[in-house]
Amino acid sequence: MFDKLARSFLLPEIVKGMALTFKYMFKPRVTINYPYEKGPISPRFRGEHALRRYPNGEERCIACKLCEAICPALAITIEAEPREDGSRRTSRYDIDMTKCIYCGLCAEACPVDAIVEGPNFEFATETHEELLYNKDKLLENGDRWEAQIAANLAVEAPYR
Amino acid sequence: MPKLTINGMEIEVEPGTSILQAAEQLGVEVPRFCYHDRLSVPANCRMCLVEVEGGPPKPVASCAMACGDDMVVHTDSEMAQKARKGVMEFQLINHPLDCPICDQGGECDLQDQAVAFGFDRSRYHESKNAVKNKNIGPLIKTVMTRCIQCTRCVRFGDEIAGMTELGLLHRGENVEIDTFVEKSISSELSGNMIDICPVGALTSSPYAFKARAWELTKTETIDVHDAVGSNIRVDSRGGEVMRVLPRLHEDVNEEWINDKTRFAYDGLKRNRLDRPWVRGEDGKLKEASWDDAFAAIAKKYKKKKKDKIAALAGDLVDVESVVALKDFLGTDNLECRIDGAQFDVSERGGYIFNSGIAGIEDADAILLVDTNPRHEGTLVNTRIRKKWLRDRVKIGVIGQAADLTYPYEHLGTSPQDLEKLIKAKGGFADVLKKAKNPMLIIGTGAFQRNDGAAVQYLAREAADKFSMVTKDWNGFNVLHNAASRVGALDVGFYSKDGFDLSKMSFVYLLGADDFNPEQISKKAFVVYQGHHGDVGAHRADVILPGAAYTEKDALYVNTEGRVQQARRAVYPPGEAREDWKILRALSEHAGKALPYDSQLQLRDRIAKEWAHLGKIDTLPSSGWKKFGKKDKLLGDDFKLPVEHFYLTNCIARSSHTMAECTKSFSKADTAISHAEAAE
Repeated sequence: MFDKLARSFLLPEIVKGMALTFKYMFKPRVTINYPYEKGPISPRFRGEHALRRYPNGEERCIACKLCEAICPALAITIEAEPREDGSRRTSRYDIDMTKCIYCGLCAEACPVDAIVEGPNFEFATETHEELLYNKDKLLENGDRWEAQIAANLAVEAPYR
Repeated sequence: MPKLTINGMEIEVEPGTSILQAAEQLGVEVPRFCYHDRLSVPANCRMCLVEVEGGPPKPVASCAMACGDDMVVHTDSEMAQKARKGVMEFQLINHPLDCPICDQGGECDLQDQAVAFGFDRSRYHESKNAVKNKNIGPLIKTVMTRCIQCTRCVRFGDEIAGMTELGLLHRGENVEIDTFVEKSISSELSGNMIDICPVGALTSSPYAFKARAWELTKTETIDVHDAVGSNIRVDSRGGEVMRVLPRLHEDVNEEWINDKTRFAYDGLKRNRLDRPWVRGEDGKLKEASWDDAFAAIAKKYKKKKKDKIAALAGDLVDVESVVALKDFLGTDNLECRIDGAQFDVSERGGYIFNSGIAGIEDADAILLVDTNPRHEGTLVNTRIRKKWLRDRVKIGVIGQAADLTYPYEHLGTSPQDLEKLIKAKGGFADVLKKAKNPMLIIGTGAFQRNDGAAVQYLAREAADKFSMVTKDWNGFNVLHNAASRVGALDVGFYSKDGFDLSKMSFVYLLGADDFNPEQISKKAFVVYQGHHGDVGAHRADVILPGAAYTEKDALYVNTEGRVQQARRAVYPPGEAREDWKILRALSEHAGKALPYDSQLQLRDRIAKEWAHLGKIDTLPSSGWKKFGKKDKLLGDDFKLPVEHFYLTNCIARSSHTMAECTKSFSKADTAISHAEAAE
């Protein structure tokens, strides 16, 4: 009876709770200040797509259409024709990012590591149309992220 | 009859059958690269190795080993598997493994068999051989590094096409396929080399990199570029025809098609009529709606008298639309022989290829009258060559000499020479007389003259004289070169007494392009219904856009009189519609609706009047009655009807590929070496 009375007056739960709160004041923070700080991501992270180039500037994609064939969401559309120098290249390479399920099979199917899912995940847009990527957009992504993509692929190479 | 055991199953086969063929009869698959059913057996790829018990202690090439009595064959034993793996490894030593950029990828024999029978990685780390690509014309793209030297293309050229243009040069690891001097392959059958190449060394040039085998919709249909009616498969993707491939039909085209059939499809995308046009007051064509176009026709049509109305049916039209047009117009002034051919059509046996194309293989003497079957029906020529290759059948030609890919005796150039042959003793007349199954093939060029009916009569006389028609053999053959012709003649789309086109005031052109439009009076009102803006459309006052052969379900009758069904692979462009539907809609505007609302009803109507058109893919025999007209023969020489093989119809004329071919293969190529050799 006395015990119950003392507990209801002294509020030990509050004290316990405040002690815990006080303890975390001296521990490192778990939240990050998102747009200015970012969490670590795996080199296997499957983010926004990019089409890569060789170091000499030649685009890697050879229009074999294996990514188009394997895509379970049918998000990739490719049209190909001989380029002026006779080499096999795409005349159209579209990805509907709103259909894409980010499974990464396209990158796995690619025999020349041309299409990859890069580390970028911040590509939200205000309209649907902006998420229908064409070849220019994908190549631009590749140019922008190449350093990191190449590093990630190098790290992953022994496991592929 | 040797009896042998393959994988524990017993089979009795004809003497001379190879182990590979016997295994095939049992449904046992033996991998192979160089062996092909219709070509000779070189046994140089070694992929078909099997184990034969009791034989020498080494694997045996099953394609070249004839079955023997009491043989015990294992196609899947340890020895056979090991041998195959070894061979596969050798094949891949110099193969570049560039499947991702190879057009054969996905339908490649080497790719499939490497997966099924090979190792999954290579033990070969030395550098690979590279071979220079060859320039062999606008149709075939070569990547010779991919070649595995199976020599199928060389044998195809030698045996089927009759053009020894490719050969295997050098020895050992330097061996390569090449033309002996740099030149294009001038055969009309060259496209088939693409099909028989088991790897991606020879691929289609116009189709290069355009599509993958797995993304194409396949439609089995019929070709209309000549009257042979080759069975084809149209591969399309998203409303666009991507390529045309042959389909097996032993009695028509076997498994080959000619280059026009295969490569003229790009003409289907150019110069198309995709909306109706009506000529305005100012004499210029203006875009119009279907209703306006129909109204413009109906206004003129209702005013005209029946005997001032005429209709011409072109080379590519189907049976249904011809019947619908005939029913709609109700006039007698109809003509489907727009090439100016004059012959008696009262008897079906007088205008079809009676013996059938496969019948050529039963013939033992062949007389060609004014025809170059290489250009008028390439696969008919292929059959004749096959027969010549097998039995050295005797062949005579009356008409212009040309390189027909087999030797023949040139008997003259005019109808008088045919007359002489009938009366002659000895020589080729004797050959025909002694033959059991003599055959006469007459081209339509022989009828494209004022004495056409008399030439037909003469040909019939020749057939009688050399007893070409017996109880179970009819060797009188007319080789047409327009896919629509026999069908249109069958349904009576011709005028019995002829009519003067220049006196007609309402002319309906159903796909009619291959004639001189100046025959039509300047004042006449002309309607053109068809799919290409070609000769006919330029003269027209109203243009109705129709569907091409890949865009409609339709019946065609080939030169043998075989009814075949084309199927829709893609939809017609824009506002174009199937032809019989256009006529049905027009008839309603003109105030007398045709009594059929669906294609089935229309086909029922056709089958009711012409029973043989209701039976698809059969060859009813025609009677042998009198036809032709006995008349005085003119003295001029026969002329061949096909001048430019690659430009015979509006689709081919619109095709870039065909234009390229015409440029590459000028007339200089058609030397008459064979004719000279025979003399």
